Amino acid sequence: MTIAPREYDFVAARRRLEAKPKPAGPKLGSLEDAAALVKDGDHLALGGCLYSRTPLALVWALLRRRPTGLIFSRNLMCYEGEWGMVAGAVSKVVTSWMGIGLPWGLSRIQREFVEAGRVEFEEWSHLGLGLRYRAAAMGVPFLPSLTMLGSDLMGVGGSKTVECPYTGRTLHAVPALYPDVALIHVQKADRLGNCQIDGYPHMDGDIARAAATVLVTAEEIVSEDEIRLHPDRTVIPGFLVDALAHAPYGSYPHECYGAYDAEPEHFTAYVDGIRERGAAGVADYLERYVYAPASHADYLALFGAARRAEAAARARMLTT
Amino acid sequence: MSVTANELLAVMGARELRDDSTVFTGVGAPMMASVLAQRTHAPRLTMMVEGGVIGPTWKPGELPISTNEMRAAYRAQMLPAITDAFLLAQRGFFDVGFIGGAQIDRYGNVNTSAIGGYARPRVRLPGSGGANDIISLCREVIILTVHEKRRFTERVDFVTSPGYLEGGDSRRRAGLLFGGVARVVTTLGIFGFHPESRRMQLLALHPGATVEQVREHTGFDVLVSPQLTTTKPPTDEELSILRMLDPKRQFIG
Repeated sequence: MTIAPREYDFVAARRRLEAKPKPAGPKLGSLEDAAALVKDGDHLALGGCLYSRTPLALVWALLRRRPTGLIFSRNLMCYEGEWGMVAGAVSKVVTSWMGIGLPWGLSRIQREFVEAGRVEFEEWSHLGLGLRYRAAAMGVPFLPSLTMLGSDLMGVGGSKTVECPYTGRTLHAVPALYPDVALIHVQKADRLGNCQIDGYPHMDGDIARAAATVLVTAEEIVSEDEIRLHPDRTVIPGFLVDALAHAPYGSYPHECYGAYDAEPEHFTAYVDGIRERGAAGVADYLERYVYAPASHADYLALFGAARRAEAAARARMLTT
Repeated sequence: MSVTANELLAVMGARELRDDSTVFTGVGAPMMASVLAQRTHAPRLTMMVEGGVIGPTWKPGELPISTNEMRAAYRAQMLPAITDAFLLAQRGFFDVGFIGGAQIDRYGNVNTSAIGGYARPRVRLPGSGGANDIISLCREVIILTVHEKRRFTERVDFVTSPGYLEGGDSRRRAGLLFGGVARVVTTLGIFGFHPESRRMQLLALHPGATVEQVREHTGFDVLVSPQLTTTKPPTDEELSILRMLDPKRQFIG
């Protein structure tokens, strides 16, 4: 059993929120200021899904601070989970699946760290984890569901069943997950933190409501008027947001719907490094891409502007 | 035309789908099967994909690698949040769900979590993803997989996605009121499950395959239906559609 009472303690989670100021004022600051709000040992819920709209700029800024004891949770965990493990930042991963995708095979880093017991790995079904965030977003301690019942996944986190008070049926009481911090990347936000997402919503709306602290990066900072012109498209209201940073290509080389495509060749080169040198391949990668660049712009420069422009052109082709 | 393993799975999977129905599908062979069905006998089939996509019209040559990238959303009718997509299945809107599987046992239980003990596994696998949800929530599930002895095992090391658990009515007793594994489509044939014991049973062989071959490549005692049939080989039309969709043969092999 690995779920901790603080993850589903809805009373404590609510008190924490009630104690927080909820200013409607400007949230815009630097990427580094946003990352500085994360404390060692925090549970971080990462937005997006696999290599889509991953808050990679925030993860980049965070790892540079050499944090320890973090928990990363995400619906489908891509290589940011490997970064966290190899960097020594993450002691536990909560997810339904880990890897990059079929062409890249099993995650050798997940294998190495989990098989040797160097990191705790807590597996849920995709909906199971989604309902954990949803329960927290709703302010309740659990949600009844038909998923995961009868499977060995029930024992992994310590799931319990509940008898329906009306029908007498057995349901999975999916425990809420109230993360300390949500890391989210969006296409558009105004300086007050009102966020609009294009394309896939993934689970970002729920994790923003579930977490005690919300950090957002945006491809574009737009005017308050532009948000007010299409308020129906706002998925995270500004009063939920604690810190906002402008981060163009903030998911790159992962994709950002409508803005830029992913770079599968870069993933292949990254995985080749692991095939050759195991975790040292990731350590070398982190040195070159995360620790060495002086700024996120310098990180992006390693890929080149022409390559980013091509990724942007492919995205336009795929979404228009 | 010679046929690859994935082409065979896509064709046989497609033939299991009905028109005017809904399918919860994944990338790879399930995606190929679903689109093939749409382009042949089931034009009014609606697809949903795990990343939160309803009714996409995938672009030939630009098929998705993941279930939540832009290619998967191409010309979709709706992009719901992931949790809401799965909740449509829990509500009962999905007739068929497709999944794959690293390890499968005689009761249709699937393991995609770990080989060897779970806490300190010999091989840690990626995990459930949406497979557990699909098998728990769709009206029926079709498993598409290459037929290999190491996959077809007496008892899975870990039940990631529940088939009929220990057989009989154990699935229902665990609270899984709906659904179940209807078919296991492999590179050798098509399997169903005995209505009472819920043990896997060979219903049809693909052309050229034999019962002996199935026994040789299966790690448990296979029941054989008294009405054993043979499937019709993939047609030139079916293969041409698959090859038009995937000209670089990324998914059909």
